[in-house]
Amino acid sequence: MADETDALYRDMLQRMLLIRCFEERVIELCHRKQLEGLVHVGIGQEGVAVGIAAALASGDYLYGTHRSHGHFLARGTDPGRLMAELAGKDTGLCRGRGGSMHIVDADRRLMTATGIVGGTIPLALGTALAAGENGDVVAVYFGDGASNTGSLHECLNMAALWKLPVVLVCENNGYAEFTPMSAHTVVSHVSVHGQPYGIPAQIVDGNDTLAVLEAGRAAVARARGGGGPTIVECLTYRLRGHYVGDPAAYRKAGEVAEWRDKDPVRRFTALLQQRGTLAANEVEAIEAAARARVEDAVSFMTESPWPAPRSVADYVYA
Amino acid sequence: MTQMRYVDGLRRAIELEMERDQRVIVLGEDVSVGGPFGITAGLLERFGDRRVINTPISEDSIMGLATGAALAGKRPIVEIMFVDFITLAMSQLVNHTAKLRFMSGGQLNVPMVIRVQQGAGGGWGAHHSQSLEAWFHHVPGLKVVAPSNAADALGLLRAAIRDEDPVLFIEHRGLHFRRDEVADPDAIPELGTAKIVRAGKDLTIVTYLKPVWDALAAAAELAARGISAEVIDLRSLSPLDMGTVLRSVERTSRALVVHEAVLQGGLGAEIAARIQEAAFDWLDAPVHRIGAPFAPIAASPVLEQAFVPNAWTIVAGVEQMLGLAPAAGLRAGDARHVT
Repeated sequence: MADETDALYRDMLQRMLLIRCFEERVIELCHRKQLEGLVHVGIGQEGVAVGIAAALASGDYLYGTHRSHGHFLARGTDPGRLMAELAGKDTGLCRGRGGSMHIVDADRRLMTATGIVGGTIPLALGTALAAGENGDVVAVYFGDGASNTGSLHECLNMAALWKLPVVLVCENNGYAEFTPMSAHTVVSHVSVHGQPYGIPAQIVDGNDTLAVLEAGRAAVARARGGGGPTIVECLTYRLRGHYVGDPAAYRKAGEVAEWRDKDPVRRFTALLQQRGTLAANEVEAIEAAARARVEDAVSFMTESPWPAPRSVADYVYA
Repeated sequence: MTQMRYVDGLRRAIELEMERDQRVIVLGEDVSVGGPFGITAGLLERFGDRRVINTPISEDSIMGLATGAALAGKRPIVEIMFVDFITLAMSQLVNHTAKLRFMSGGQLNVPMVIRVQQGAGGGWGAHHSQSLEAWFHHVPGLKVVAPSNAADALGLLRAAIRDEDPVLFIEHRGLHFRRDEVADPDAIPELGTAKIVRAGKDLTIVTYLKPVWDALAAAAELAARGISAEVIDLRSLSPLDMGTVLRSVERTSRALVVHEAVLQGGLGAEIAARIQEAAFDWLDAPVHRIGAPFAPIAASPVLEQAFVPNAWTIVAGVEQMLGLAPAAGLRAGDARHVT
């Protein structure tokens, strides 16, 4: 049992490191103009991505947001195909059609990311309506920014009304684009929105990977057992701007430093060393392995062909 | 030869396809009790509440929910009660339903049908009478179908349900209770095909939905004056069957497009553009269009009647096109709809 857990935790840390390295490399590629497009990275939110992914079974479905590179990598998406998609290459997950905000990895039941804030929540409910018959669960991400869309509230009602097997994962990073939560939301936590609909919620430290895993597992079990929806509100922080290139001057002085101290990757690394799951001399090796995987992804992306211009209107209809 | 009402054709299509394919489900407001027009009556009793789902008034999320069910292997038929309310569902419909196949590079399928009804009548006013097909004709990834009669209501809805792409299926509430002969109740036409419903040689009238019947009535009136009008029922608004239209214009040399929707920016503009691009050398006159004035529809019955094109509007329009004096007995102002 301990071996199983050790193996799981090591794997989870590897995924967190992969996400961190990938996202940092993406920022660098953007600054060098080797990657174009409107890109949103999830540096600082790796604990949520990996904790939730580890709580899901392989047949479960996951829907993302506009900031979903980490959600996908956490569930095993090939970093080369993801990097190629960000670059708009023909070898990308979506053959260059989707780009950073609209990634899909259907083989892994990573259904879609979206450029529409909160847009995947109804999609997730529909998939749950369909897939619930097979005992599958659907998890969907949304942020504190999405919590004020009308659609979220419509969905809270329907998810509770029909006891849909959904896990509503709120990545509460305290900002809706450039506006802090205190300025855009009247309630203290997004979880409060579940109360009028009778939807239970758990608020967790989103940068404590194991706390996220535990809350995720409870919510998934509840959904699978016919208990209906749960809100899992993960308090976290994005250590970079809203999009790559955002100087984020709207943040208070000292705020970023405060959250850097709670860095989920560093914390989980330290925890595993403390537990004896990871020896001190192994840390460097697994970090290097993550960087190497990302470099392979960049090479794959660089060497991949562009889509043919004449294919501009392909994939519109079946 | 069977006789059938338009609403019966719609209901029968849904029943047959639900029987044939367990994946077909129906969602919408009031669907479990038949809805405002009785189209879904009896489906809940026959197929159960896992396949006939009555939703709250949440159009935005319902559209997304149906899309998500399609992504997981269902074939949803989602009903939006009035096309006017589809405005609430636009983001999901345009940004997800229509685009997920494309954005995923072909990984995702969205085999769903969005049924709406539109059209004026009864003075129901500006939020229950609009004709909005032009908006959806403009969205790549959607197909748009618009039956004018019971046989096509039946056959085309079955075709739409079987189609692998999302189909916006537009019904007209003024057609609900009309009875038509249904020559072959098992026929399932191919989507994207128009039909010549009246052969003629002097001009081609291109139209769809309720104006098809106004055009046929106008054609009968014109025939009495020696004018032979060919009437084409488009049936499919996206894709357009321009082949049928162009071959007709090559024979008649004149074209008139008629729709109930507002003239400005309506489908008539697209069709006229395509006709003159492809058949310029065959035309003896510019392509004309008939549509509603550029205004919302008023509730007052007198204003509604002045707003909605009818058979006399078409007769007057044709006379104007052909440079003929208007026949006696025509109401003044009937030709104001015509370009």
